[in-house]
Amino acid sequence: MVKYLIRRLSFLFLTLLITSMVIFSVTQLLPGDVARVILGREAGEAALQALREELGLNDPIPVQYTRWLVNFVRGDWGRSYSTKSEIRPQVVQRLRNSLMLAAVILVISVPLAIFLGVIAGLNENKWIDNVISIASLAVVGLPEFVTGLVLIQIFSFRLRLLPANSSIRPTTSFIEALPMLILPALTATLVLLAYIARLTRAGVIEELKQQYVRTADLKGLPYRMVIFKHVLRNALIPTITVIAISMGWLISGLIVIENVFNYPGLGRLMVFAIDRRDLPLLQAVTMVAVLGFALSNLIADILYAVLDPRIRLG
Amino acid sequence: MDGEQTVLAIKNLTVAYRIGDRWFEAIRDIELSIEGGQIYGLVGESGSGKTTLAMSILNYLGESGRILKGSIVFDGEEISNFPKEKMRSYWGRKISLVPQNPLSSLNPTLPVGEQVQEVLRLHLKMSEAEARRRVLELFERVRLAEPQRVARSYPHQISGGMQQRVMIAMALATSPRLLLLDEPTTSLDVTTQASILDLIKELIRGQEMAVLYVTHNLGVVVELCHRVAVLYAGELVEDAALQDLFQQPLHPYTFGLLKSVPKLGQNKRDQVLSAIPGQIPALAQRGSGCIFQARCPIALDLCAERPPLERVNPLRSTRCHRWQELARQEISLEELFETEGEAINAAMPVQVKSETAALDAQGIVVEFQSQHSFFESLTRHSPKVKAVKDVSIRIEPGDTLGLVGESGSGKTSLARAISGLNEPEAGSIRIYGLPAAPKLSRRSRDVLRRLQMVFQNPEEALNPFMTVGESLRRQLFVLQGIRGEEAQRLAEEMIRAVQLPVDVLNRRPNQLSGGEKQRIAIARAFITNPDVVIADEPVSSLDVSVQAAILNLINRLQGNFNNGLLFISHDLAVVSYLADQITVIYLGALMQLCRAADLFKPPYHPYTEALLSAVPSVDLGKKAQNIRLEGDLPSPTENITGCPFHSRCPRKIGEICEHQPPPWRVDESTQKRIYCHYNLEELSQLQSPILDVGL
Repeated sequence: MVKYLIRRLSFLFLTLLITSMVIFSVTQLLPGDVARVILGREAGEAALQALREELGLNDPIPVQYTRWLVNFVRGDWGRSYSTKSEIRPQVVQRLRNSLMLAAVILVISVPLAIFLGVIAGLNENKWIDNVISIASLAVVGLPEFVTGLVLIQIFSFRLRLLPANSSIRPTTSFIEALPMLILPALTATLVLLAYIARLTRAGVIEELKQQYVRTADLKGLPYRMVIFKHVLRNALIPTITVIAISMGWLISGLIVIENVFNYPGLGRLMVFAIDRRDLPLLQAVTMVAVLGFALSNLIADILYAVLDPRIRLG
Repeated sequence: MDGEQTVLAIKNLTVAYRIGDRWFEAIRDIELSIEGGQIYGLVGESGSGKTTLAMSILNYLGESGRILKGSIVFDGEEISNFPKEKMRSYWGRKISLVPQNPLSSLNPTLPVGEQVQEVLRLHLKMSEAEARRRVLELFERVRLAEPQRVARSYPHQISGGMQQRVMIAMALATSPRLLLLDEPTTSLDVTTQASILDLIKELIRGQEMAVLYVTHNLGVVVELCHRVAVLYAGELVEDAALQDLFQQPLHPYTFGLLKSVPKLGQNKRDQVLSAIPGQIPALAQRGSGCIFQARCPIALDLCAERPPLERVNPLRSTRCHRWQELARQEISLEELFETEGEAINAAMPVQVKSETAALDAQGIVVEFQSQHSFFESLTRHSPKVKAVKDVSIRIEPGDTLGLVGESGSGKTSLARAISGLNEPEAGSIRIYGLPAAPKLSRRSRDVLRRLQMVFQNPEEALNPFMTVGESLRRQLFVLQGIRGEEAQRLAEEMIRAVQLPVDVLNRRPNQLSGGEKQRIAIARAFITNPDVVIADEPVSSLDVSVQAAILNLINRLQGNFNNGLLFISHDLAVVSYLADQITVIYLGALMQLCRAADLFKPPYHPYTEALLSAVPSVDLGKKAQNIRLEGDLPSPTENITGCPFHSRCPRKIGEICEHQPPPWRVDESTQKRIYCHYNLEELSQLQSPILDVGL
């Protein structure tokens, strides 16, 4: 197990190193002159040259990359070209918001999706399975801006239960923010639900075919115990790891939902950075996103090993 | 308690499965009753319905199966109509099952000890601590070494034999009234099978339990059972006491089955196997007449009508219109089954030592990297597994070398190395003196043509998108440049040689049965007239009644083409039947080399001795001694010094075996070679003949 962890961790670092190179070179290769972007059209050649010198844009690419990476690791993420303020506090603030939203999404969607998936799987091809499968597929087919707007229509305008705008302030505490998190979280849930539920259903159906289930049955165990102690223990392993992997997406990939609800998460910050050609900001946000993806993969791997002795004990 | 009580009585049982929206009868009109203390053998090939019968007794047929009629009375109670929920109080308590495949029958994510505890806590209402203690006792009873450690292990951490011991412990934990064993040793190696059979015998003997032992292996039945029921295509064709059935079968199928299995010591030069022609009819093709009619050598017009299960005497019944003639010995089945090939046998060359061998492989070493991923190979040096360690073999033209070994012995690795599918680490391969490159891609067309292979599983060996004709013609074109009419003519000739109708050429593999597919695979190997054919377990995925015909076919083709044959099998009887020379391989090293006829005479290598002793034999009442191997095959990554077999050798001398590689002991007169620290005289004195070969 320790060996497994060490292997996974070193793999994580390797991934991060390689992606940091990719991120750096891709953003550097983007067309457009950074100095020109910062100083504007009217700037003279001398001013541009001075700024390039100041920003280190004239150094060879590997030097620029190393400097950027060392600074990044040390916590110095530089200043945004567009807002002129420190990047790190901004990103950390947005990360906090994204994590709060992700937590609410998981709390709502995971139990619901697993419950529906298990019910569907245990009743394969019966009416209840068909209802669950068709309903969840129907929902997943709708884009988030449609489901989001429908939810706003119902819960904010008709029922007046929840706010339509989720633009929380940096000082808003989790408890205060909670009512504003529910609608975006529901919207994301509708996307995740079908996916997780179908995976769970497939897992349950697959495991029910295994011979150890026959053994458990033929021991005379009550049906409940056969399902809970034997089937679900194995059937949920893929589901749980996929949920862990989807954490990465929840942290930085909810761009549409954040826009619909005007929610200040990482996704919107990324769009902002792209809009403004704000390279340092874009690099920082992307690195944080990649870190999120890599960590959620690591968590998935660890969970997989914890849950499945065949991996853990090789 | 009196053991004569009937525990299970089955009457007129018919069970059907739904395929699409039609129902097909998988078993028909089964009659069977088992008394307490009785071990009942249920013999049948795949498709005979034997597992269906076992599952019907358990009332565990699944959604698509249904009992159409008949009754199952267990302990005086009709249970065939019990709902699943009611059966739960019988399962594991009164009726237990030991299944075929122990690894997939155990929950992979629970320690095995806990899986046995469940039964005790549920049915015997034990506390957790009590159950834990009891599991250790049970594990000791099934002779698991280190019960504590085993109880904590997950299924994948213990060997197949140990997994099956766990399953047996689980089944016996509650002392059930009825024990069903569904091919419990089929997935195990022959030496493991032998010790599991010993265990079952020991645990069951003297109990009041009724036992139904389901198997396709007649030898196992002889070892264990009191009575035997023979199942064919869903019908019970014969039911008799063990002795009676084996001495005078009263159904042609039983006879064919008994005769088609090669017995230890039988050789192709003495006797052709009697094969049953054709194959078991599929579910949808079972007519209203006698179920065996299409394959029966003594079928009459009268057999278009289904014979009843007739009582021969109170203890015996059979389902054949002509049983009385058989009983009075008015017809002899002996000559009626396929025995063609005798003439060819006589024409077969009796080994002439030639200067150039058909195959000469020297010093073959095969290694595998034991790594799992690309990344692992970057971070650490993974140990190499030596699958084959410096093995040399030589096959004369027209000769058959039999290679025997259990799973993990390296026999397939050796075959794949010679055929070039796995590049050997070291060694030289020559075919008629022509050197063959280690790597397949570097071998010339000529070398490829000269060396052909027949694989174990015909289902995977044929391209499903090509017709049989295309497969054969392609072989001719690629290896010999023959095309057009000439190729067609050769393909037709070959198809006739493997005894199939010519129109098979236009069919695709999915329209053929397993036996037919293997015939095609054999045809493809022989069509280019190779010098050497390697056959890797060519009959082990086939049914017993089909096996014999394939063995006869290989034998005959080899006689015609006079090529060298490397025949690989885990089945000693099959190997010794077909081979002229035999090598025994263990952990990638050769242990013994001898003529097939000398295999059964001492001296043997101690490993050979254990293998021979482990084979369940169809011959009643033979078997001088039982030699059983302790423990399991060592892990392939383990570095073993001295003799590879020392960790399990029942005749281990001492330290010398652990540290010093043994010398080859050679008997000059018979050319028997044994790799052992004992010399041949010492071994001869220690060992007794495993079976009487005074044919």
